[in-house]
Amino acid sequence: MKYVDEFRDPGAAEQLAAAIRKLASRRWVLMEVCGGQTHSLLRHGIEEVLHNTVELIHGPGCPVCVTPVEAIDFAQQLALHENVIVASFGDMLRVPGSRETLLGVRGRGGKVKTVYSPLDAVMLAQRHPDQQVVFFAVGFETTAPATALAVLQAERLELENFSLLVSHVRVQPAMEALMNSPDNRVQGFLAAGHVCTITGFDTYEEFVQQYRVPVVVTGFEPIDLLEGILECVRQLEAGRAEVSNCYARSVRQEGNQSAQDIVTQVYEIDDRPWRGFGTVPRGGYRLRAKYQKFDAEKRFEGVAPNSELPVIAVETCRAADVLAGRLRPTQCPEFGLHCTPDSPLGAPMVSSEGACAAYFHYHSTDADQEFASRHPSSIASGDAAK
Amino acid sequence: MNGDSWQLHCPIPIAEDAARITLAHGEGARLTRQLIERHIRPAFESPELAELPDAAHLTAESRRLAVTTDSFVVSPLFFPGGDIGSLAVYGSVNDLAVSGAKPRWLTLSLILEEGLPLVLLDRVLESVAAAAKCCGVVVVAGDTKVVPKDAADSLFLTTTGVGELIEPVPPGPSLIQPGDALIVSGPIGRHGVAVLCAREEIEFDPPPTTDSAPLADPIAALRRAIGPQIRAIRDATRGGVSAVLHEWAAACNLTMNLHERDIPVGSDIRGACELLGLDPLHVANEGTFVAVVAADAVEDALAALRSFPQTEGAAAIGQVVDRKIAPVTIQRTLGSERPLDEPAGALLPRIC
Repeated sequence: MKYVDEFRDPGAAEQLAAAIRKLASRRWVLMEVCGGQTHSLLRHGIEEVLHNTVELIHGPGCPVCVTPVEAIDFAQQLALHENVIVASFGDMLRVPGSRETLLGVRGRGGKVKTVYSPLDAVMLAQRHPDQQVVFFAVGFETTAPATALAVLQAERLELENFSLLVSHVRVQPAMEALMNSPDNRVQGFLAAGHVCTITGFDTYEEFVQQYRVPVVVTGFEPIDLLEGILECVRQLEAGRAEVSNCYARSVRQEGNQSAQDIVTQVYEIDDRPWRGFGTVPRGGYRLRAKYQKFDAEKRFEGVAPNSELPVIAVETCRAADVLAGRLRPTQCPEFGLHCTPDSPLGAPMVSSEGACAAYFHYHSTDADQEFASRHPSSIASGDAAK
Repeated sequence: MNGDSWQLHCPIPIAEDAARITLAHGEGARLTRQLIERHIRPAFESPELAELPDAAHLTAESRRLAVTTDSFVVSPLFFPGGDIGSLAVYGSVNDLAVSGAKPRWLTLSLILEEGLPLVLLDRVLESVAAAAKCCGVVVVAGDTKVVPKDAADSLFLTTTGVGELIEPVPPGPSLIQPGDALIVSGPIGRHGVAVLCAREEIEFDPPPTTDSAPLADPIAALRRAIGPQIRAIRDATRGGVSAVLHEWAAACNLTMNLHERDIPVGSDIRGACELLGLDPLHVANEGTFVAVVAADAVEDALAALRSFPQTEGAAAIGQVVDRKIAPVTIQRTLGSERPLDEPAGALLPRIC
C-alpha cells in the first residue's frame, strides 16, 4: 500500500537502527510527544531494538487521556439530560470519569452517539431539530480546525441546537511544562508530526533557544520514527539543539495557514486543566466571545454533576505520573493486575493512543522483564506444562 | 353481517395488501397466514414446507449429525457485497462445514419489527433462498414473530443448520503440535470494515465489500486433499483471526506465532483500518477461515483452496511454537515477536 509499505520496510528500518546504534555514544533520553508515536514504536519493535541505545520516555500526547475528569463527568450528565444527544469520537466513550464512562451512561439510557467528524455532529443536529446536540470537542491542534469548522457551519445554518463542550489542548505548552519541572530528564523531543502539519514548526525556534534541546518533527511510521530518532541523536552527539523537520512529506515550516486561520477565528488560547498535569498555562483553547452561544458549558449552566453516585477514586493508579513521563506504565503497581484494557483504571489504559494500553498490547522488552519479575504466575503458564 | 370482514381482535380494518409489517401479521390469524403464503413460502421450494407441519421430518444418510444455530442482527440489512439474508445462510453453513459436516438442512426464524416494508422482507427472503440453493441446503422449518416498533431493529434472523458428519472429522485444537502451520483462507477483515463503513456512512470509493461467502466446498476440497493432516478449522467471525488463535492457544497451551508480512489484507481494508485505528486481525470475517495443518501439508492445502474463487487468496501466515511470552505473538517490522492482544469488545475508532 502506497505511503505505508515503503515506511515499514524491515531492511531500511534495520539500517537506520544500525546507524543510530553506531552514532550514539551514550543512552540519550528522548521523548516522543504523541501517543500514536508510542504505539508505533512498541508495535514495530523499535523500542526493543534500540533499548540499549536510547531511552524513550512516552509523552503526554494522547488528548483523550488528558481530558479532565470534570469535563467527562459533565458530558455524561448532559447525555442523561432530557433532549440532549452527546456526540463524541469513539475513543472518548470508554474513558472513566469520576464515576463511570460515557459507554456506561449509554447503557443506562443516556444518548451518546459516536461520530467520525465534528461535521457529522452538525448534521445530527440538523436531523434532530427537537434535540440539543453537544459535540465533545477533544484533541490537539489536529482536531481543533475541524471542530472550529463545525461551529462556523452551525452558525451558517443558524442551528440553535448545536453546541461544543470544548476540551481542546495545545502540545507546546505541555512540553514547556515538562521542561520546567524539576525532575525533567528529557534531552530531546520527537515532536508530533500531525500537530506540526497544522501549526508548522516556527513556534519551536523559541522553545529550542530557551531550553537547549533538539526538537525533531517526526511522523508515525517506523521509518519516520527511526529518522526522527537518528536526527535527534545526531544533534545531541554534536552538541546542537535545533528544530529539524523529518516529516517533510506532510509538514511545511509555516503549517496549514487556512486551518490556523479557522482556529484563530473561532478559538482563543486559554489556560486549561490537563488530567494528570494540573492546569497548563496557555495549554488549550476556548471559544471566542463571538461564538459563546455555541458553548455547551454556558448553554447548560444549570446542569449540575450528579453527586448521588459514589466517586471511584483509585489512589494506586499512577496515570498522572505516566502521563507526565515520570513513570513507565509497567512500574505502576496496578498495571496488568487490576488495570487492563478490559477494565481500565486510568485513561492511558483506555485510549488506543494511551501509553499504558500500548505497553499492555505490545510489551516492550523491559516491560516483559519488569512484568514477569513482579507477576511470575501470570505469564507463560505453558512453560510449566511443557 | 358478513363474518369475513368482521374481526374481533382488530378493530381497525387492515388492508390485505399493506405495504408494511403490522402487529397483526404476527398474531397467528388471517394476516399471518397471508404473510407466510404470499411472501415466505413462495421463496422456498422445499417439500417439507408445503404442508406447514409443526415439525419437519428428515432422513439422514449418516449416523452422526452436526447441529448449529446462530442469530443475525446486522445493521444495515444490506451492505456492499452482501445482506442479512445470505449472511444468515452462510453463517450456519460455514459453522457446519468447519465442524466436519456436509450442510443439509436449515431452519429460519424471523423477528420482524412493526413497520418493516414488505418489499424489504421479500428482498431478504429472496437472498436467503438464493444462498440456500447455492449451498445445497434446504429450508425445512421456520417461524415468524412481529414485535412493536423499536423493539427490534427492522428484522432479525435466526438459522439453525443441520449437517451430516463426514469422517474423518478434524480433531480440533487439542491435537495441535509445535511446528504445525497456520493458514488463512483469504484476505482478512473485510466483513467488519464493510459493515462499519456502511453503518456509519464512512465513504470510501469504491466501498469495501464483505467476504460473506459459503465455505463448504473449499473445506470439502481441503479435507479431500490433506485429510488427517488438518488439526483444526474455524471460521474467523466475531473477534477476527485473533480471537480464533487465542481460543486455540488456550486449548493446546502452545503459542500461535504470526508473520505480519504474510497475512493477506486487501489494500482497501488496510487503508480503512489505518484510518480508523483498527487491527485487521481483530475485525470480523464472514467467509474466511483459519486452519492449523501439518507443516508438510501446507502446499497441498493452499493448492486445494486456491482453486475456489472465495479462497483463492489463501496463505500461510505463521507457525505453532512452544509457549512463549504470550498465547499469540506477531512479528512486525523490527525486533522479536510481540504479543498480539485478544480483541476486547466493540471496535472504537480512535480520534487521530
